[in-house]
Amino acid sequence: MAGSNPPTSDEIANLVTEARGGDRGAFDALVRHTYLETYTLAYRLTGDEEDARDVVQESYLRAYRGLRRFRGDAQFSTWLYRITANCASTELGRRARHRHDDLDDDLPEATWRGTSGPESAVDNVALRERLEEALGALPPRLRAVVVLRDVYDLPHDAIAAELGISVSAAKVRLHRARRRLRQDLFLAPVEADGVMDAEGARAV
Amino acid sequence: MRSETLLSCDEVSRQLAEAVDGPLSLDPDARRHVETCLGCQAEAAGDRRLRRALRGLRHELSEPVPGLLDDVLAALGTGADRRSGRLALHRRRAAYVGGIAAATAAGVGGAVVLAGRTRRRLPLAG
Repeated sequence: MAGSNPPTSDEIANLVTEARGGDRGAFDALVRHTYLETYTLAYRLTGDEEDARDVVQESYLRAYRGLRRFRGDAQFSTWLYRITANCASTELGRRARHRHDDLDDDLPEATWRGTSGPESAVDNVALRERLEEALGALPPRLRAVVVLRDVYDLPHDAIAAELGISVSAAKVRLHRARRRLRQDLFLAPVEADGVMDAEGARAV
Repeated sequence: MRSETLLSCDEVSRQLAEAVDGPLSLDPDARRHVETCLGCQAEAAGDRRLRRALRGLRHELSEPVPGLLDDVLAALGTGADRRSGRLALHRRRAAYVGGIAAATAAGVGGAVVLAGRTRRRLPLAG
């Protein structure tokens, strides 16, 4: 919950037990403790605030209805991530049908040239900002896999199950997503310099 | 600069992508390749740095859209009310069916008793 200490895993486990016993207040408390994280994941997956809002609402409804099926051998947060991923996948599929979004994950890549290399000095805050931007620029299908695997640490089989793809497809997408991110973060496009050089040559 | 070892850089790149713990979990041939190939070393270093940065995002929270929490709780309330409403309806239906069954049973029971009395009376009447 914003502005208060995050609950311990024991407190979350107790709330889950009470909520499974039919205590709506306990489930509401779980929502209050986790909704910012759920929203952040939903926003990272959809890249759109309103879509993220819908995904969050649907995720908690599904979680509430399915709470009896949550066995407690996984963390509640991990279970919720999976539900959110599944809802976001559904939302993205719906959006692609209605808005004809570009879901192509084989977009042509610019020619890239190394700057001073991955170890060049950028502070962590700047790197995080650029990383969020680079994630936002990824096609949704690539973004979903790299966010779930590398940010939220979901295993490949869980990612594949929630996104409705095979494990090998999930790994291929992860590879492509990381490659695109590395290019965006650690390499600079040659094209930009090329254009400048050409313009400079014309000016001369 | 790409290495001329037995494993191709593409193969190492594929292994790097699948290596959960980064270059340390590569097989020995791939590790040897990385040790001698500047291109793959750069890729491995970039991969390590990227994963570290991605892990760091886990606890970065987005500013939510206004009213999100209220919306979620309200939607849950509606959903829960609908569920409890359906449950109440099921219970009412069960009670109604049970009432009819009880009334039918009572009726049948009463008829049997009356019939028994009638049968007992018949000889007396005769």
